[in-house]
Amino acid sequence: MKHLLGIEGMTRSEIELVLETSEAMLEISQREIKRVPTLRGRTVINVFLESSTRTRVSFEIAAKRLSADAINVTRAGSSLSKAETLADMARNLAAMSADVLVVRDSVAGVPHMLAERVRVPVVNAGDGCHEHPTQALLDAFTLRQSLGSLEGRVVAIVGDISHSRVARSDIHCFTKLGAEVRVAGPPTMMPAGIEALGVKPCFSLEQALAGADVIVMLRIQQERLDGALFPSVREYSRTFGLTQRTLALAKPEAIVLHPGPINRGVEIASDVADAEPSRILDQVTNGVAVRMAVLYLLTGGQT
Amino acid sequence: MSPPDLHPAEPHAESEPSDAGGRVVLDAAGIQRATTRIAHEILERNAGADDLCLVAIVRGGQPVAELIGAQLSALAGRPIPSGALDITLYRDDVVARGVRPMPRPTRMPFSVEGKRVVLVDDVSFTGRTVRAAMDAVLDFGRPAAIQVAVLVDRGHRELPIKVDFVGKNIPTSRAERVVLRARPDGELEVAVV
Repeated sequence: MKHLLGIEGMTRSEIELVLETSEAMLEISQREIKRVPTLRGRTVINVFLESSTRTRVSFEIAAKRLSADAINVTRAGSSLSKAETLADMARNLAAMSADVLVVRDSVAGVPHMLAERVRVPVVNAGDGCHEHPTQALLDAFTLRQSLGSLEGRVVAIVGDISHSRVARSDIHCFTKLGAEVRVAGPPTMMPAGIEALGVKPCFSLEQALAGADVIVMLRIQQERLDGALFPSVREYSRTFGLTQRTLALAKPEAIVLHPGPINRGVEIASDVADAEPSRILDQVTNGVAVRMAVLYLLTGGQT
Repeated sequence: MSPPDLHPAEPHAESEPSDAGGRVVLDAAGIQRATTRIAHEILERNAGADDLCLVAIVRGGQPVAELIGAQLSALAGRPIPSGALDITLYRDDVVARGVRPMPRPTRMPFSVEGKRVVLVDDVSFTGRTVRAAMDAVLDFGRPAAIQVAVLVDRGHRELPIKVDFVGKNIPTSRAERVVLRARPDGELEVAVV
């Protein structure tokens, strides 16, 4: 692999390579000394131009557990505030012999643009409403832990499908791994033509959850919406929120995922988020392993 | 992205399809005798099985460690703790740029602190695998001692590393490969190919 820009451009065998490599990485985080020397002397630069706690810390921990040096760049205090272009900033970071650039930006396509302009492997850590490939990979890894395989499983993705990069990456990832994917949300949050991605659109939570093996609840991004897409948070919660009552529509052993941060009582009730079917904290644990695998594979220098 | 090569040439022996030909240097009976003798030597050297544990180097060392472990447990009258160590992420040839070999999960279900750790591999060659395995073991704690047992020592050491217990010394040329493999009937054998 040269870059990790999106799941859309990956083959099933590449996805499986990352997931299988992640199995070995997971054990390292369970040791007392959580570090292996593989990336000793390598430098991973995390360029996070949009706020993030989980993903940024996860990439930083992943780099450090492989013995790489991890450097974080955020928008505030970077030379972007001196009107340097993104491409120039990336070239400068590459000129300091960075071995991997991990990039998050609120604009779709920024990691792709940088990947064309620097000779360093680029990892997309989330670009606007486009893709968040490591989230999809850690979701798939978490599901494989419980289900073994995604082949033939029914996955319901619920929330703001239009604006969710997690939804887009999950759809590509789960369908490539053989799952049957349904998406659900208010009509204002369902993109026209979503069927083209091989998923079944549902306009009620009941329809989406009936017989589902997996439920992925998306975060309602209140900061992104300014009230335009649904009348009120309360109404959204009553029609598309996951509660013990609506969870009962899915298979009895159904698993619940959420990319975080969760809005308790909005898209997911606290007693569901904290209960047995929820794998939300496993997702976070597994995220470090999956990102270790990605950094390990990308630094091999193979095209 | 091009399809990745999962299993590039490994520097030590791998499980091989059995009709691969070559010269068989150790058959199933020979392997059984060698591992039985190694088990006795391990007990003799360590004055018993107290604090002893076996750590197989993934993947070639695993069948050998199973044989030695069974003998040791029978002789000691109790199961000897055993683990499996994947050293992919400790190898010095992986740190250089190149195809990434797939790391496999490590399983160390006991503490090595104060233990006498016997590393088990199928073939010892350059010594680089043992070097990496020692680094890996030390990341799990401070054992009282680390020893090495191998089924075959084929020479050509590149590091100042010696093995403590050897099933059979087999002179080889660098170009040859030594493999531990299962025949169609399930019996293990070692061949030079």
